[in-house]
Amino acid sequence: MAAIVVRRLVKHYGDVAAVRGIDFEVRPGEVFALLGPNGAGKSTTVEILEGHRTRSGGEIEVLGFDPETAGRDFRERIGIVLQTTAIERELTVTEAIDIHGRVYAGRRSTQELVELVGLEEKAGARVKTLSGGQKRRLELALGIVGDPDLLFLDEPTTGFDPSARRQAWSVIANLTSLGKTVLLTTHYMDEAQHLADRVAVISAGRIVAEGTPDTLGGRAEASTRVSFSLPVGTAVGGPLERARADGDRYVLEADDVTRVLHEITGWALHNDVELIDVTVDRPTLEDVYLELTGGGQDD
Amino acid sequence: MTERPISDLSLVWHQIRYQNRIFWRTPVAAFFTIVFPLMFLVIFTTVFGNDRISEIGVTFGQYYASAMAVFGAVSATYTNLAVQTAIARDDGILKRVRGTPLPPWIYIAGRVGSAVYIAAIAVVVMLAFGSVAYGVRIFGESLPSLIVTFVIGVACFAALGLLVAALAPSSDATPVLANATLLPLAFISGIFFISGPNEPAALRAIAGLFPLRPFGLAFHDGFDPLEVAARGGWLGQFHWPELAVMMLWMVGAAVLATRVFTWEPRVGEREGGRRRRSLAAR
Repeated sequence: MAAIVVRRLVKHYGDVAAVRGIDFEVRPGEVFALLGPNGAGKSTTVEILEGHRTRSGGEIEVLGFDPETAGRDFRERIGIVLQTTAIERELTVTEAIDIHGRVYAGRRSTQELVELVGLEEKAGARVKTLSGGQKRRLELALGIVGDPDLLFLDEPTTGFDPSARRQAWSVIANLTSLGKTVLLTTHYMDEAQHLADRVAVISAGRIVAEGTPDTLGGRAEASTRVSFSLPVGTAVGGPLERARADGDRYVLEADDVTRVLHEITGWALHNDVELIDVTVDRPTLEDVYLELTGGGQDD
Repeated sequence: MTERPISDLSLVWHQIRYQNRIFWRTPVAAFFTIVFPLMFLVIFTTVFGNDRISEIGVTFGQYYASAMAVFGAVSATYTNLAVQTAIARDDGILKRVRGTPLPPWIYIAGRVGSAVYIAAIAVVVMLAFGSVAYGVRIFGESLPSLIVTFVIGVACFAALGLLVAALAPSSDATPVLANATLLPLAFISGIFFISGPNEPAALRAIAGLFPLRPFGLAFHDGFDPLEVAARGGWLGQFHWPELAVMMLWMVGAAVLATRVFTWEPRVGEREGGRRRRSLAAR
């Protein structure tokens, strides 16, 4: 049975449609990312699945429950990390985990969690003295203190510096290795690529692409790009005539990379032309994402 | 992993303990609730002297200690509960609690229980200080009435405090709303000024419709030796009409508060709002 089933989900705020008919399924043990720009409908979708919001239409099932009517049993089995930190400032790290853990019938130990999120040195410190990244990791600890089967992570690293993000990622990777199902929202491509088994790209309230990070938007089938620069004033000839100019670089789309490289390097050697800064790559997830979401002008 | 049954009562108990801990670590709240009324007592008795008030037959200290005990109890429940609950809501703390198995009523009970406990401390500290510094006397016959008055009074103002938190458009507006309703009422309810026989009857009647004057009056009479003597045994000390007024307000406020109370932050999450703005400015 799927951990999450979403069918034709719709959410209106007055006249504004935030979610316009979304379908997806998350399998148990899977890390599923909703990737999209701000205002695309990610958080609205997640908050409906958490039971924080009601839906305007469609069907959803989370761990077999309808979150809108589910009660204590449902909340025993989910963990939520909200988008903004909200922890009593005057409690210490240990106290915060303790008081939040008490409400679950089955819970993980405070000590274990402090270690898992790497806050050993701050265990006795007040929440108000923590840095943004440390608070976020504490939030993560609170999200999993009830040992949930399903964890919601709403933009877990927004506003982090790169090292704090790496740290948070390793904590999340730790969790997923325990077999937890995770629904993640993010607007960072690298985060989705790093953490998720599957990604749905959401834009203007609709899912515009879905797949693994490697195959998303036809990346697996996309032809490889060979690109390079030439010294100023070089006369282009031979196989290079097939290349299109992209700024001061030349780009060749190729299905048979070996042959193309052989041809252009052969031509270059023969004509004594230096090929500068040769790169071989496929469209990045970012390219796909920007194309799918219309240039990312939202952010 | 520990699997154990949790009783709702023990959850309430732990919520109260943690709310208390947070309160004592917030010096501003502790100061206004415990120390502020004591300062008023010292100032009033210094300015007016601790003489006998001819109109109502008790000393200034006797009068003000009971009035300030009520003021402290109301600060702890009405003002504090309203402000702290609204801040917790706008910080997103209530929303996170809502996503856990903790039943909402237990969370609210924790907050109310803590506020009532702190109100009791404010009253005890006030009376202890008053008896040591100004010879305030406590009468055994009126104690049962005082305790019942306290319980119903703080329950009433806790319900009103939660209603203010629910009605306030933002946490910033909450202290304004709480003080703008409480302070004028305190002035006409005999908390800051002694209501003698010269007070206009209409004003007294109006104040009597609100819950603060009944609270103050029932409390004050329990410390007035003439009133205590006139009312006879312990059962005669009870102020049934005043208790009824407070209970009506309590029920009304509780019913309305449960209808309008929300767990979602208003005007954006406070910290989050700032963070988003600073990101946008980059």
